[in-house]
Amino acid sequence: MIRPHGGELIDRHIKKEIIDTSGLPEFTININTSEDVLNIANGVFSPLRGFLSENDLQNVLSEKRLTNDCPWTIPILLDFNKKDINNIKEGDTILITNKESGVKALLDVEEIYKYNKKTLASKVYRTDDINHPGVANVNNMKEMLLAGKISLIDSKVREFDKYNLKPKETRFLFKEKGWQEIVAFQTRNPPHIGHEYVQKTALTFVDGIFINPIIGKKKVGDFRDDVILASYETLMKYYYLKERAVMSILRTSMKYAGPREAIHHAIMRKNFGCTHFIVGRDHAGVGNYYGPYDAHDIFNEFPDLGIVPLFFRSFSRCTKCGSVVNDKICPHDQKYHINFSGKKIREILKSGKIPSEDMIRKEVAETILKFKKPFVE
Amino acid sequence: MKNEKEDKKFTTISIPTPLAEKIKKRIKGTGFTSLSSYVTYVLREIISGTTEEHEEAFTKEDEQKVRERLRALGYLD
Repeated sequence: MIRPHGGELIDRHIKKEIIDTSGLPEFTININTSEDVLNIANGVFSPLRGFLSENDLQNVLSEKRLTNDCPWTIPILLDFNKKDINNIKEGDTILITNKESGVKALLDVEEIYKYNKKTLASKVYRTDDINHPGVANVNNMKEMLLAGKISLIDSKVREFDKYNLKPKETRFLFKEKGWQEIVAFQTRNPPHIGHEYVQKTALTFVDGIFINPIIGKKKVGDFRDDVILASYETLMKYYYLKERAVMSILRTSMKYAGPREAIHHAIMRKNFGCTHFIVGRDHAGVGNYYGPYDAHDIFNEFPDLGIVPLFFRSFSRCTKCGSVVNDKICPHDQKYHINFSGKKIREILKSGKIPSEDMIRKEVAETILKFKKPFVE
Repeated sequence: MKNEKEDKKFTTISIPTPLAEKIKKRIKGTGFTSLSSYVTYVLREIISGTTEEHEEAFTKEDEQKVRERLRALGYLD
């Protein structure tokens, strides 16, 4: 089994029976930060044990690594208003909570520090354009950061949790299935034929595929989470070998940080026990902020990442070949190529029609159309 | 206040001069901008394959729960 990132699968759970939280100052955190707490506690963010210190933040921004030289590209931060933490000092323990996720965790405050939003945004997103959703999020952050280890006391059972497997559980699953090599597929959309082609091409060379949709905050017009899961359930039921494919959700927000986020996505999947990770065209990109293959090139900077990226370029259906092709295998002119446009498929589905089976499986389209409102409003 | 040790991000190592010369020739025209960046790359690649593994195990009771959960999903027989 592949080693977790940094060598150890982090587990930051603490039994609530042995903890007395009375008298501890309590702070509410937002839902995205509470998902970060869960991902730290469950080992998805291994080797992180808590929120980044100033040294680690600076190193992540400048070197794309933690201070211990471990590759890390997306800062995991806890922000607060200065006035709200006036009475908190380094060395204190505080309680952080969120109602929606039920997260209740201890934070050992190791450091309280200021940061520069412009530097943070421009390093992570390669732009300080406020139209970039990631930059906008940074601009909305509060002015102080708290660093320190967390200990998760409690969280609540939520929708889709039957599909919410922790790294310890997926590692157990892969071992039980006898899978040595596992490819992870990151998604935030229902599958069209192009996705299926990529997944099955990768699966041909390994033992199993781990389909890992991101569940969380999305943009207006995106497919809803329940639609994505139902569409994959259908695809797997009709078009995958039961012995070769599993699905589990990942609760985290998309950062749209393009290449840096591609590395982050790969690290998380390594922690789930995957040995390979599919990286597509403009992975985790938004608008025109990144080149189409920047998210491929960045992997050259990390010989020690420990998970093998599988790069896929654009693919389409060639009417001359009569099959799905990519630019490395098809000699025919563009006029014979039909692109798998997610936008086009969405438009057809919005009109209540079933797109051509050249683009999306009929069963998958029918599953989506069973939902009255398949899109985020 | 950070001390000097914390701020020191790099250290010096010695390698045989002929080897250094060979590496300098080899990295000409590649993406490596210096001998140090090449040596760092190679060492990172090697060291990543030699870290100690920590096997995580469930208790018998937890393993049974996980097994049942995975069976319910149809992932285990």
